[in-house]
Amino acid sequence: MNGAEILLRALEEQGTELIFGYPGGAVLTIYDALSKSSISHILVRHEQGGVHAASGYARVTGKIGVCLATSGPGATNLVTGIATAYMDSIPLVIITGQVAKAMVGTDAFQEVDITGITSPITKHNYLVQDIRDLTKIVAEAFHIAKTGRPGPVLIDIPLDISMAIDTYKPYKNVEIRSYKPTVSGHPTMIKKAVAIIKNSKNIVVCTGGGVINSNAFFEVEKLVNETHAYVVSTLMGLGSYPGNNKNFLGMLGTYGNRSANEAVQSCDCLIALGMRFDDRAVGNPVKFAPNAKIIHIDIDPAEIGKNMPIELPIVGDIKTILNQMLKLLNEEAFNLTGNKVFNKIETKIKEGLNAPWILNKIQEKVTKDTIVTTDVGQHQMWVAKCYSFNKPRTLISSGGLGTMGYGIPAAIGAQLAKPDNLVITITGDASFQMGMNELGTIAELELPIKIIIFNNKALGMVRQLQHHYCNKRYNNISFEKSIDFVSLARAFGAKGYRIDNVAEADLILDEALKNNSFSIIECTMDSRELVYPVVLSGDGLEVMTEDI
Amino acid sequence: MMKHVLAVWVEHHSGVLTKISGLFSRRGYNIESLVVSKTEDNSIAHMTIVVWGDDRVIEQVKKQLNKLIDVIKVNEITNDETVDRQLLLVRVSANNGNRGEIIQMIDIFRGRIVDIGRKSLIIEATGDETKIQAMINALQPYGIQELVKTGVVAMTRESKNL
Repeated sequence: MNGAEILLRALEEQGTELIFGYPGGAVLTIYDALSKSSISHILVRHEQGGVHAASGYARVTGKIGVCLATSGPGATNLVTGIATAYMDSIPLVIITGQVAKAMVGTDAFQEVDITGITSPITKHNYLVQDIRDLTKIVAEAFHIAKTGRPGPVLIDIPLDISMAIDTYKPYKNVEIRSYKPTVSGHPTMIKKAVAIIKNSKNIVVCTGGGVINSNAFFEVEKLVNETHAYVVSTLMGLGSYPGNNKNFLGMLGTYGNRSANEAVQSCDCLIALGMRFDDRAVGNPVKFAPNAKIIHIDIDPAEIGKNMPIELPIVGDIKTILNQMLKLLNEEAFNLTGNKVFNKIETKIKEGLNAPWILNKIQEKVTKDTIVTTDVGQHQMWVAKCYSFNKPRTLISSGGLGTMGYGIPAAIGAQLAKPDNLVITITGDASFQMGMNELGTIAELELPIKIIIFNNKALGMVRQLQHHYCNKRYNNISFEKSIDFVSLARAFGAKGYRIDNVAEADLILDEALKNNSFSIIECTMDSRELVYPVVLSGDGLEVMTEDI
Repeated sequence: MMKHVLAVWVEHHSGVLTKISGLFSRRGYNIESLVVSKTEDNSIAHMTIVVWGDDRVIEQVKKQLNKLIDVIKVNEITNDETVDRQLLLVRVSANNGNRGEIIQMIDIFRGRIVDIGRKSLIIEATGDETKIQAMINALQPYGIQELVKTGVVAMTRESKNL
């Protein structure tokens, strides 16, 4: 077999069913071998779309997303997508072609040091030096991508290696002496955590992205029931606890829900699950949860104490640790009386073509299995605050890196992962233009994705930042000319709709969401709208600024 | 802010040094010196890294190093009983008038002359940081033409492990 065939067989043995990619010279042999493989290949229109699609696929399924690109510009086009996955701990295996080994370092055609470039943004990466290492590298890459704190792993394969001949030698039982992630929590720490919980009066559980990676949904629900806790979530954790439960107070943070922030700032015990105390979630770290003992459960020891001092850290897998804790909590009966009651404060919805109003309408018309992908900006924050995610893996959004252009390709990955679910992309007109490369992919594959554009002819979030921090000196954030999105939709074979006023919203949404076809729905919006309440830079989460 | 010494064992592959130094530069940690070489096991390399920072920063440095797949073990040996050594090569101006004096002084430091020219000497010396610095200070008045030294390599004394 040649190297390419060995690679593909190794991928098949890892359970890969789908690869998102774009061909080129350095991966010619791999593409040749793909035609004889059981793995399906999805051709995208830009390599960045390929990696974002693999990311959407991984988030929806919990499996490892795989993407493939050629050397040079193909590889560098992946960089933003890899960094996006790295920041959000998404398991991906990225395969890039490389020039022949003898040419590496000579500035050959389409040569770039992709392993050097992606070192800071991959969990690990490999440059294959010998065909005999290939099956070991693939096995290790999959192991590293999925275990511990998930992340992207890149494998760079020189052309002569994919053409070289060798016999296939399967590699099982990955053993990496320097990599042994902790799974179980330390029993002493768990005992201490349970003691803190039993002595607390107002407990808030905060779910982060780690809860989803750990699939710990059932355990979280049990913990919440046992402790009568309120629940808040980071952007990445939304959906891990049902949003429509009465004790779910919303997202915390700079653009969080008011009741969520108030609860966190006044609780005496915060159980932080798989969150990393990112600055968007905690506001000013010095002023965060001032009255609370913080129990931090996370699989990555480097996150413990990185941004904030923690009362009680427990390193390990959330699902496993919560099960250990629940056993102890059940052993003795105890009384937990909270003396604060929090009512979820819903975002005020005023009728009109604004984001909360439209999102409310959309929510009425879809089910809890509907998958929503977003781009980045004001629309994303409104989705996080106003739309209720009641099942895990239904919100697919770029949190840590905040990458515009994520929403559309991520929807492709999501739809291919769940062909029977409705997949909606909520995006802004600016973000749409960063991801629109992939409209061709959706059209070609006839995916019935619905793209809903909140069109305010502006870069809404940057405008809002200029409003708060540049004394309303707006510049370079708006568009004079209008894009005819309806015609654009038709150009790609999609159904195009435009909602211009309140009266037509129901009719258009009903038709578009049920038509089982690729559709683009444009909603005209006012660029002067701001996301409120907002926690301004330097403030603690309790200082929530409303309209000023 | 104080100086911390880390002993790090890593997989001996090409590219590992870049990953480690890349980690330090992107997180803004201040490296004073970094020495790396093979060990008695061909597949493992050892690094001695001297880094400046307060306790919180050093905690993060150690944790981030441990996250790297190629890093096998990280030990902070700042407060341990260690044997520390550096190697110094220095070219100092020397003429017929003062050569004798310089040679006598080097003897005191147990240094060696490894090159003699009409106008200069190259001196080699090993020792801990204090001694090496003292020797450099002693040679300054004669005129140092060129100086290279390695970073610190260190090993914990057995007394620690008993």
